[in-house]
Amino acid sequence: MTPSRRVETRTPVESMLEFDDIQHFLLTRTPALAARYEFLTFPDAGCGRAWLAGVLDKVGTGKSVGSERLDARWVTVAFTWNGLRALGVDEGSLATFPEEFRQGMAARAGILGTTGANHPEHWVGGLTDPALHAIIILFARDVAERERCKHEHLGLLERSGVKPLSSLDLEAVPPLDYSHEHFGYRDRLSEVAIEGTGAEPTPGSGRTIRAGEFFLGYPDETGLVPALPQPEILSRNGSYLAYFRMQEHVGRFREFLREHGKTAEEQELVAAKLMGRWRSGAPLVLAPDKDDPALGADLQRNNDYDYGKMDPYGYACPLGAHVRRMNPRDTAHHMERRKMIRRGGTYGPHLPDDAPEDGVERGIAAFVGCASLVRQFEFAMNVWANDPRFAELGNERDPIIGTQDGTFDLTIPRRPIRKKITGLPAFTTVRGGAYFFLPGIKALRYLAAGASAAKS
Amino acid sequence: MAQDDWSKPAAKAIPKEGYFELEQGRFGPLYPRTPACHGFTIIAKIKPGTEENIRAYGDRIEKTIAELPDALEVLRLHYLRWVLFDIEGATYFMYQGIFDTDFDKYTEDAVALFSKYGLNTVFENLEGFPMDWKTNPQAFVEFVRKHQRPSFLEYGEYPYVTADEIKKALKLKRAFSEMLDQMQ
Repeated sequence: MTPSRRVETRTPVESMLEFDDIQHFLLTRTPALAARYEFLTFPDAGCGRAWLAGVLDKVGTGKSVGSERLDARWVTVAFTWNGLRALGVDEGSLATFPEEFRQGMAARAGILGTTGANHPEHWVGGLTDPALHAIIILFARDVAERERCKHEHLGLLERSGVKPLSSLDLEAVPPLDYSHEHFGYRDRLSEVAIEGTGAEPTPGSGRTIRAGEFFLGYPDETGLVPALPQPEILSRNGSYLAYFRMQEHVGRFREFLREHGKTAEEQELVAAKLMGRWRSGAPLVLAPDKDDPALGADLQRNNDYDYGKMDPYGYACPLGAHVRRMNPRDTAHHMERRKMIRRGGTYGPHLPDDAPEDGVERGIAAFVGCASLVRQFEFAMNVWANDPRFAELGNERDPIIGTQDGTFDLTIPRRPIRKKITGLPAFTTVRGGAYFFLPGIKALRYLAAGASAAKS
Repeated sequence: MAQDDWSKPAAKAIPKEGYFELEQGRFGPLYPRTPACHGFTIIAKIKPGTEENIRAYGDRIEKTIAELPDALEVLRLHYLRWVLFDIEGATYFMYQGIFDTDFDKYTEDAVALFSKYGLNTVFENLEGFPMDWKTNPQAFVEFVRKHQRPSFLEYGEYPYVTADEIKKALKLKRAFSEMLDQMQ
C-alpha cells in the first residue's frame, strides 16, 4: 500500500468550463449601481415552471455576459431546497443534495454562530419560511433601469401566479466615487481568480483556484471531481449561494471611533485596526502608521503582502482584525479550499458624516458562492468570524461581522504593551439569510420542463 | 477565567454520551474541551492479516516527521498514541490523539492532511472503512465518528494549556536563562 498523493499536475481546463451553461453571477462582476432581490414562493409547481420559463432567456450566462455587449441589466435565479421540491424534483434526487443545503441557513444558526440578536428568530423578509422557494437577483446599470425591470418582472409574476415573499432594493451609496459600504470602507478589493476563466490573480492574492471549488462537476483543489447531486443535469455547472443581509449600525460605529480616538487621525487608525485596512483600502501591513489612499486604490499593490513574514505578531494588522480573520493568507492551512466568491451591494440610505443615527436600516446584502457550503462558507462563519479562540486570541470575534454582544474584546498589539479594547459593541446585525442552489442553464430548462429527464 | 487556571490540577468526569449538553456541530454532537484539552480515541477492528502492514506505518510516520517536522502542525497536537491489541482472537487498532482544536471545526483540514501524508491509508486496513473516502469525505468523517469512544474521565496536571502556550513558555524560559547567563 502506498501513501496516496494529491494530484499535483494541473491540467488546463479552459476548454472544459461550459461558459454557455454556467450562470454569469459568479464568473463576472458587473458594473451595476443598483440592484433588487426578490424572494419568491411558488403556490404550485405549474406557477413556478411558468415563471421560470418566462424568465429563463433573460438569465445571463458566463458566455453572454461581459463580452462585447453593453448590457444594462443582469438577471440571476436560484432556488432553495424547498423550491426544488416545489418545482417537482423527486424525493430521491432531493436526498442527494448535501445536508446543510437541505436544512437551510436558519437551521444552521448554531454552527454559523448567528446567535443572540443575530438569531434567525429575528430575521425579516420571510427568509426562514419553508415557503421561500426562489430568489431572482437583478443587477442594473442604474436605478432607472432597475425600476423598468421591476415593472416588467411584476407582469411576469402576475401572469404566472408566483408570489413575492419580500424584496430588497439596493443602490451604491455616496459620497465616494468608488464602491464602499456604509462605514466608508472600500469594497471589492479581492476577487478569486478561477482557473480556466483567463483571470489572473492580482499580486499577493495567491494562485488561480480550480473551478471545482465553485462549480459542480469539475475537479476541485484535491484534483478530483466530488460526487454530484442527482440527476447530473440538475447539478452540473451549478453552485451554492449563501445569502446574508447584514445591518450596519453607522451611528454606533462612528460613536465608537470618537470614544477611542481624540483626533480625526486617531479615529481613522481605530477604524483601520478593526478592519485591517484603512477605509481607503490601504492594508495596514503595507501602511502601518499612515493612510495611503493611492495604495488603497491600486489593485496591483493593495493585496501584495503576507502576515507570516511581514507582520507575524500583528503590530501592523491585529490578529483579530476583520480582513486578517476572513483571509489569514499564509498563516492558515488549506486556504485554497476556503476561497469564496462574493457578490452583493449596499441597501438603505447613506448617513451623512455629520448626521446622528436616524434609526433607518442600512447595510450590506451579499452572497457567497462556493461548491461546498459546509467547507467554505460555514467554516468561515464558524471559525474565522465567530470562534473566540481563533489564533489563540481567547475572547474575540470578528469585530465587524462576528456575533458581538458587548462581552468580547479586540487586542491591538503594539510595543511595548498591547492595547485591549474590551466590550466591543455590535457594529452589525444579521437581519436575514438563506441557502440557494444556483443551477446551470440546462438545469433551469430541466426544472422549467417539470424536472423530468425525459423532457430535457 | 477560572477554567483556564493552569496552576490548579483539574479532573472532569464526562457523561456516557461524551458531552454535557447536546450541541450539534457540523458532523454530529460537539465534544467539550476538558482539562486534558480536546482529543479523541478511535477504536476499530483490523482486517485479518493486516497487523504488520499497520505496524509499518510507525516507521513511515517517524520518517515523515523527521524530514518534515511541521507536517502535522495543522492538527495542533500534543500527543498521538497508536496501539494494537487483541480481544478474543481479533486485533483492534486504537488511535488516540490529544490536541487543541475543536475537531469539528477542522475536520476537512485533518482529512486533507491525512491524505497528504498517507495517514488515511492506515485506516484502509480497518473493517468498515469507506474505500471511496477520497471523493466522499463525509463517509470518512462518519467512520471516525462511529468508532470514536468518548472518555469518561480526563485529567490535566496543567489543565487547559495549549501546546502553543507550552512552547511559548519554554521559549521564554530559554531566552530568560540565556539572558541570566550573559549577566554573570
